[in-house]
Amino acid sequence: MRDLSRWQGEREYVISNVIVVDPSRGRTMKGHVGVADSKIDFVEPGEPSAKDAQVFDGGGLHLSPGFVDIHVHLREPGFEYKETIRTGAMAAVAGGFTSVACMPNTDPPIDEKSVVEFILRRAKAAGFAKVYPVAAATKGRKGEVLGEYYDLVDAGAVAVSDDGAPVPTAQMARRVMEYASKYGIPFIEHCEDPSATADGVMHEGLYSTKLGLSGVPSYSEEVCLARDLLILKTIPAKYHAAHLSSRGSVDLVRDAKKKGLPVTAETAPHYLYFSDADLQTFDTNLRINPPIRGEEDREALFAGLKDGTIDCIASDHAPHAPQEKQVEFDQAPSGAIGLETTFSVLITTLVRPGRANLAEALSLITHRPARVLGIPAGTLERGAPADFALFDPDEEWVVERNGFYSKSNNSPFIGRTLFGKVKHTVVDGELVTLRLQRAADR
Amino acid sequence: MSGLRSKHLLGLEGMTAEEINLILDTAASFKEISERPVKKVPALRGKTVVNLFFEVSTRTRASFELAEKRLSADTVNISKAGSSVAKGESLRDTAENLQAMKIDVIVIRHGSAGAPHFLASILDASIVNAGDGSHEHPTQGLLDMFTLREKLGGIEGKRVTIIGDIAHSRVARSNIFGLVTLGAHVTVCGPPTMIPPRIEELGVRVETDLNRAIGEADAVNVLRIQLERQKVNLFPSLAEYAVVYGINRERLAAMKPGSIVMHPGPINRGVEITQEVADGDRAVILEQVTNGVAVRMAVLYLLCEGGSKDKSPSIEDVVGEKSDSRVN
Repeated sequence: MRDLSRWQGEREYVISNVIVVDPSRGRTMKGHVGVADSKIDFVEPGEPSAKDAQVFDGGGLHLSPGFVDIHVHLREPGFEYKETIRTGAMAAVAGGFTSVACMPNTDPPIDEKSVVEFILRRAKAAGFAKVYPVAAATKGRKGEVLGEYYDLVDAGAVAVSDDGAPVPTAQMARRVMEYASKYGIPFIEHCEDPSATADGVMHEGLYSTKLGLSGVPSYSEEVCLARDLLILKTIPAKYHAAHLSSRGSVDLVRDAKKKGLPVTAETAPHYLYFSDADLQTFDTNLRINPPIRGEEDREALFAGLKDGTIDCIASDHAPHAPQEKQVEFDQAPSGAIGLETTFSVLITTLVRPGRANLAEALSLITHRPARVLGIPAGTLERGAPADFALFDPDEEWVVERNGFYSKSNNSPFIGRTLFGKVKHTVVDGELVTLRLQRAADR
Repeated sequence: MSGLRSKHLLGLEGMTAEEINLILDTAASFKEISERPVKKVPALRGKTVVNLFFEVSTRTRASFELAEKRLSADTVNISKAGSSVAKGESLRDTAENLQAMKIDVIVIRHGSAGAPHFLASILDASIVNAGDGSHEHPTQGLLDMFTLREKLGGIEGKRVTIIGDIAHSRVARSNIFGLVTLGAHVTVCGPPTMIPPRIEELGVRVETDLNRAIGEADAVNVLRIQLERQKVNLFPSLAEYAVVYGINRERLAAMKPGSIVMHPGPINRGVEITQEVADGDRAVILEQVTNGVAVRMAVLYLLCEGGSKDKSPSIEDVVGEKSDSRVN
């Protein structure tokens, strides 16, 4: 039996000595996992039988389905200086993510077939995490003309969104929902009213008052979400609310679900870890859209995760180059990277303080996001793709500025201590983390 | 304990009463120097101070420059126009290049809140905030408190009303932080559109009716109303603002006898304050400016005297040079 790091391209093998956690099947047990031809062959308790061919020692690590992040920005095409599909896919597997959905605010935007195909090609050539393109809801993300959803879905898009921006009018949101429903794909809305946001750079509250920074009121997000949910009452469609940040938004989604509306929702790790008080350092990595809000909003997000109002966690991984972020706070672009810290933030904010157990926390980044997009991921059942993450949920580590595989390092967690570390990631049976090269070393 | 805890002056928030009083007491010593025919002491001789002003300024800039020169420091003035910022050079690069010339202090005024904090995180020099966006203007807050102390005999228990666009005012914020720390009763007054959320949690009373706000005040600090704010619908017209919130003769007459009127400048005569009140004997606006130089001398002195934190200004430093054969 060899150490897992000695894997050398075997197509059929067993990983033994692992604690298997499969939230999709409600299963946690000490056992072993068999892989054959890039698919999961078996998951069984105890030791492997003597006749099993190649056996690798999982070292007592936990083994779960590879994580799924349905909201990342890979920046390619157009902004390759911040991130490329390859470096983003590397950052993904470094964080245990084997499937990611990338947003269309690239240049050109993902509003035509050729761009979808380009992205799929680049992801395949990189050979790290699987990438599922989200196409633009409107041409050019301008909010005026519907996108060609048939063509885009045919090429491989799994959802539509104008993320980065909301669909600007009620009428347009209605048309997007109606047309998307024909193809069975979700419409993902970045909920925001730009006139309410105006020149705001952080949450409007006690701290924007103290710091003299322009505030973004919570109702900016809520007004747009409320509009969409009212439309959803009359138009049958799959609606997914991206990066919820406020208590009011959680309440709106809870109410809508009670009424049986087909709405799902996500939040991001930074909204669980930070609150607006943390912006007193003027750290530009905390400038995010929608902004990090108050303690009462944070508590509401935890409650929303607990009662199922919020379906999943998505990182909203948003790389920006150092020269763009090392500026005055109100000049910095919004966004933080997150693929490499999301899992650890969930362990640190949910599992360790007892807000959720490990399986519940993992479900937020495995089968539940997979279900939102309808992609084949997030499970260890027989015949599923052999995508998994091996991790130590207790390992303590300090996030370092130069420790990222992402091309950018705009993380608000730099210098923070987190718990839980992914040690290996497998995609289609390949131990891809062996191939990772440090972005800093390249 | 004496001396300031930080080598920077980024704001009055979090500054202790002891530190504020130290600065005000030191300023009282320095005020006398500006009354002399030879307005110079050697306290900062050999120190280099850069005035980095990204926003226009008359008062603050001249005040800092004079404070530095009267302390015998070497000064360099850089404004946004005429610098390579026009070529797109970043704040960070500008500051690091200046630091490479081995400077001791940067006095920065900038339109972005947090700009001085950003510099403090990347440079070794002492950073003095001369106004960062709508956030803080600590030396203005200090000179306002110095003026109050002088005119009213103290700050604790005094009623101070700040009138104007509180939401966008760094002068208001610094005043609030400093005055509350020293135990004053602060009221903020302005149209609801200009009162930021939850400001009462900073320890102030909010009053949108001007008469109720100034009735019992020992001092009113009148802020300049900015025309640009009208364009974003914070108030409908200057005329309406003047009628509802302007300090005119009638309003002044309704205030307590002995109460004073302050203004950080520049004044919009006829808007937030009438010509008559601004030029009248209840207004202390020009005294504020005089006090500003002394306060800034005190700040620079205390920040630069890092090595001798338990000395209060020595008599030689304050009174000026004795004849010294080494100096030529």
